Amino acid sequence: MEKFTVHTGTAVPLRRSNVDTDQIIPAVYLKRVTRTGFEDGLFSAWREDPSFVLNNPAYAGASVLVAGPEFGTGSSREHAVWALNDYGFRVVISPRYGDIFRGNSLKQGLLTVELPQAAVETLWDLVEADPATAIEVDLAAREVRAGGQSWAFELDDFLRWRLMEGLDDIGLTLRHEEAITAFEGHRPAFGVLVG
Amino acid sequence: MSRTLAQKVWDAHVVRRADGEPDLLYIDLHLLHEVTSPQAFDGLRLAGRKVRRTDLTIATEDHNTPTDNLLTIADPVSRTQIETLRRNCAEFGVKLHPLGDPQQGVVHVMGPQQGLTQPGMTIVCGDSHTSTHGAFGALAFGIGTSEVEHVLATQTLPQALPKQMAVTVTGELPPGVSAKDLILALITQEGTGGGRGYVVEYRGPAIEKLSMEGRMTVSNMSIEWGAKAGLIAPDETTFAWLKGRNFAPEGQDWDDAVAYWRSLPTDDGATFDKEVFLDASALTPFVTWGTNPGQGASLDAVIPDPESFASESERAAARRAVEYMDLTPGTPLRDLSVDVVFVGSCTNGRLEDLRTAADVLRGRKVADGVRMLVVPGSAAVREQAEQEGLHEVFTDAGAEWRFAGCSMCLGMNPDTLQPGQRSASTSNRNFEGRQGKGGRTHLVSPAVAAATAVTGHLSAPADLDAVGAR
Ligand code: SF4
Repeated sequence: MEKFTVHTGTAVPLRRSNVDTDQIIPAVYLKRVTRTGFEDGLFSAWREDPSFVLNNPAYAGASVLVAGPEFGTGSSREHAVWALNDYGFRVVISPRYGDIFRGNSLKQGLLTVELPQAAVETLWDLVEADPATAIEVDLAAREVRAGGQSWAFELDDFLRWRLMEGLDDIGLTLRHEEAITAFEGHRPAFGVLVG
Repeated sequence: MSRTLAQKVWDAHVVRRADGEPDLLYIDLHLLHEVTSPQAFDGLRLAGRKVRRTDLTIATEDHNTPTDNLLTIADPVSRTQIETLRRNCAEFGVKLHPLGDPQQGVVHVMGPQQGLTQPGMTIVCGDSHTSTHGAFGALAFGIGTSEVEHVLATQTLPQALPKQMAVTVTGELPPGVSAKDLILALITQEGTGGGRGYVVEYRGPAIEKLSMEGRMTVSNMSIEWGAKAGLIAPDETTFAWLKGRNFAPEGQDWDDAVAYWRSLPTDDGATFDKEVFLDASALTPFVTWGTNPGQGASLDAVIPDPESFASESERAAARRAVEYMDLTPGTPLRDLSVDVVFVGSCTNGRLEDLRTAADVLRGRKVADGVRMLVVPGSAAVREQAEQEGLHEVFTDAGAEWRFAGCSMCLGMNPDTLQPGQRSASTSNRNFEGRQGKGGRTHLVSPAVAAATAVTGHLSAPADLDAVGAR
């Protein structure tokens, strides 16, 4: 995973709430067995509408997505995160996320920042007035800066450390393999064994 | 100290606890399907890792499988995904129930039916409806593909302890009102984000009276209001359901297990971070009108006016939903005609659901111009239903009796809505395009689905007396 410290980029204003993962990437794109190349599936149903914001050339090359509340609810598909990453997004900003999506994003180095609705509205207004507005997302300081304003966000220390170091969870866990083996020695006899 | 059911299960699975870090939780059962596992197996292969506990891991094929035959997967991309699962399971030594196997089926039907799902366990799957297994008093939740890989490699997951919420359902469900109506009403009451950050425990007299199938329907939809998991305390209903199933303990092990399971329910005096209440006796058949599961209403209601909602984001969502669903505010829900009726999925594809639908359809006909699909949640459910003759009730009524799979719950296999078609569906998600691009989904109970098939417009069985009886 790439290390994340500060990211500066332009933003796409997605003025919608309850953007579930079926909208982020519809099921037909989930048939692939690879981990890359999902950019064409991103918001594919909505992108057929020429007036959809991602089709507006003014927002080409943006790397920050600013969305309404309940972003990424629904299905657990990590493909939603891969699609956002593959399309070129590094940061999503929303007042609230679906839990599984949030967990997936932070494992894949896509920073999902939670800001209050009012801050999201301000960001929408800023980037609609000037699509070239630079949004600075500072993970070290846990702060978003744009248009001369700044907003603090929360992210727990452990998750932040892991993102900043670009660490892989499996590697971290395997440092405790002895504890896992010890735990396995005490599981009850009536526990289910499949095979 | 007094603890909740979820806390007890959690505490019993902590492998390692350290300040400032998430707990490392042991996973008792890992369920796999073809959609969310290929990239995880790839990750293992790249890192030269094995599956740590093949004896705690089991796979099935469900999302991509056809439901009109057991042999041919026509779409080459779907076929590749299924074949990839088969290759991965063979290479890593994971047990698989492939298409055609007597235990194949939707992953959340397959686990419980074999007795794999038991109280007090930790269960994960790369699938958000893993919450279903919470109906047995297991801590069960959906994970992403990176986490699937993590569990395959380590049989553990780092997890931060979520907050706890109690949902107390008082009173008694009126006749004709089911577990599905209950959970749809709760989601509308609490909103799609209402459970976010919580592990929920459903309790109270109305929950205790539910069958295991009904409890699974409730726990299944926990994720639809954002909850991480939805547990129900194990009781005599749970034990009776489990006893004698393939993987249920036997002899002394059974007695030991039951003694342990009896210690799991929430202690008197345990505290929850939040409590919500629902009065079951006030409920009616409940359906969704919009494009998220929180946009629901009593079947007796009319399409709401988007401007009547409290917040701007709800108003905007309602405006968009009314447009996508092609609705006019003020129209009675009963006036909505449907093109397709789908009975199935991990929410309502179990034997009891099929019996309910069959009871409504017996001696009646599916309305002209309506296509009704009945899709058992698993091959075993199909087999049992056929032993009871339910398939004949369905086919006599003019419905299609299909093989097990996710089917029209999501547009990933050949069973999809055409653009603009409207469905009454016993599944769990009414998202835009969920059942096929441009499709319009109303979530309903099995009884409402069957009655709707008879009249051709959203209906409850009580509406049928004058219609369609022969
Ligand atoms: S039936 Fe539907 S919700 Fe259940 S596992 Fe299949 S696709 Fe997911």
